[in-house]
Amino acid sequence: MTDVATGAAAVAVSGLTVRYDRVLALDGVSFTLQAGQALGIVGPNGSGKSTLLKSIAGLVEPSAGRIDVFGSAPHSLAPGTIAYVPQIEAVDWSFPASVYDVVAMGRYPRLRPLARFSKHDREMVDSALEALRLGDLRSRHISQLSGGQQQRAFVARAIAQEPRLLLLDEPTTGVDAATENALLTVVRRLVAGGLPVLMTTHDLDRASDWFDALMVVDRRVLAEGPPDEVLASGAYAGIREHTHVHGHLRSQEHAHTP
Amino acid sequence: MSDLLLAPFQYEYMQRAFLAALVVGTLCSTIGTYVVLRKLSFIGDGIAHASFAGIVVAYLRGIDYYVGAAVVAVITALGIGYVNRRGKVSLDTAIGVLFTGAFALGVFLMSRLPSYAVDLQGFLFGNILAISRSDVWLVLALSAIVAIALVMLYRPLLYTSFDPVVAQASGIKAGFVEYALLVLLALTIIVSLEAVGIVLVAALLVTPAATAYQLTRRFTRMLALSAAIGAACAVGGLYLSYYLHAASGATIVLLVTLAFFTAMLSKRRLRSVP
Repeated sequence: MTDVATGAAAVAVSGLTVRYDRVLALDGVSFTLQAGQALGIVGPNGSGKSTLLKSIAGLVEPSAGRIDVFGSAPHSLAPGTIAYVPQIEAVDWSFPASVYDVVAMGRYPRLRPLARFSKHDREMVDSALEALRLGDLRSRHISQLSGGQQQRAFVARAIAQEPRLLLLDEPTTGVDAATENALLTVVRRLVAGGLPVLMTTHDLDRASDWFDALMVVDRRVLAEGPPDEVLASGAYAGIREHTHVHGHLRSQEHAHTP
Repeated sequence: MSDLLLAPFQYEYMQRAFLAALVVGTLCSTIGTYVVLRKLSFIGDGIAHASFAGIVVAYLRGIDYYVGAAVVAVITALGIGYVNRRGKVSLDTAIGVLFTGAFALGVFLMSRLPSYAVDLQGFLFGNILAISRSDVWLVLALSAIVAIALVMLYRPLLYTSFDPVVAQASGIKAGFVEYALLVLLALTIIVSLEAVGIVLVAALLVTPAATAYQLTRRFTRMLALSAAIGAACAVGGLYLSYYLHAASGATIVLLVTLAFFTAMLSKRRLRSVP
């Protein structure tokens, strides 16, 4: 943890290899993410983008390689360090919870048993709700939200957590323009405040608005650098055609995801 | 009227029974909220039936039934968690494998006894009127332990019930929370066996929470409503069984079942969330 003060990378991944049974999801991935940097990850379906985020979140065990988050293994981080927003929230939408209840869960990792939900906790929930424009919907049951509103609620929960690292898995896929703009504003504000953000996306048009750096991943890192340069290099266009031939990769990866 | 209400209390065994019913009803329906929300309804049946093996072994060895049942129930609960995680099978499959196996072991052992032991039947259907003073103390002690653990684990249990993956990524030990819940469930079921028996304990774990779920869309209210319904039905069922000269466990379960259908059919769901 002392590395943080000396400016060590927020995330340092080296030689990360992940295998689901016989399927190779990631093969020797290495990169670093600094504080105050938003790194975009692009790649075709089944390229291992989601697996990469899950590995950093400590949800998937690497077969080989090393992941350091602020100089520690993901498992040994203090509760509340990482906030992760998955691509598809596989929650039970009939769960008895309002939007406020869900966002308040973001505070739970930081709360000791029996600790009161403090004024600071409530303020963090309120400001996360406001930032994602959910203030008017706070009392609504989660099943009564649109897709974009649901996505904003989960990002709000992640922000209310006051994480030191934010992982977003395709947060803009299938959401309305208003939601996308709200997300972009929030993410850029957090990054300006020093938060490191790692985000997968399919949306290349606004990559330079979102990210400080872009990384093309197809099981291996194919290119990395400033968004404009990476897009101009054609590294992503190349694998897009490749995916049309091997379009079955995605279903394989999901079938083996634990 | 007050005579009618107080009449059963002239007997000391009825006082003990009411105390046990109140505690068991409240405890089962509180932890039952997590059982219903985590879709573990099958587990009450599973652990309760599995504990039968422990009861038979305890009988053969001449040790306390509770001890035998508790040991096997906790082992089964942990085994269910382990098979679920390591065997890559779903939780209900893990429950199905372990509970039938352990129950079969109990039946196997009992079938080899020279004569069927009559008092083992009590554990199948429960007899709260026969609860001894020391058993009441055991019920109170175990219930206190489970209640304290549930309070301490309130937030991790709620978060992992709703969204275990994101909860784990945020640093909550989802695996530990799941094992802890399974062990607490095992203890709750053991505490409840004498009141309602192996066959009916699942109803007290599932039905009050399912009833509360019909009436509210907020978690804290569901928890409170479920506890209130469970306590009221356990005490009310015991009263009814006293006056109807019916089996206490069955009467309690019939009452919670009635409460569920009343709540479901009334359709006056308190959908508004303030």
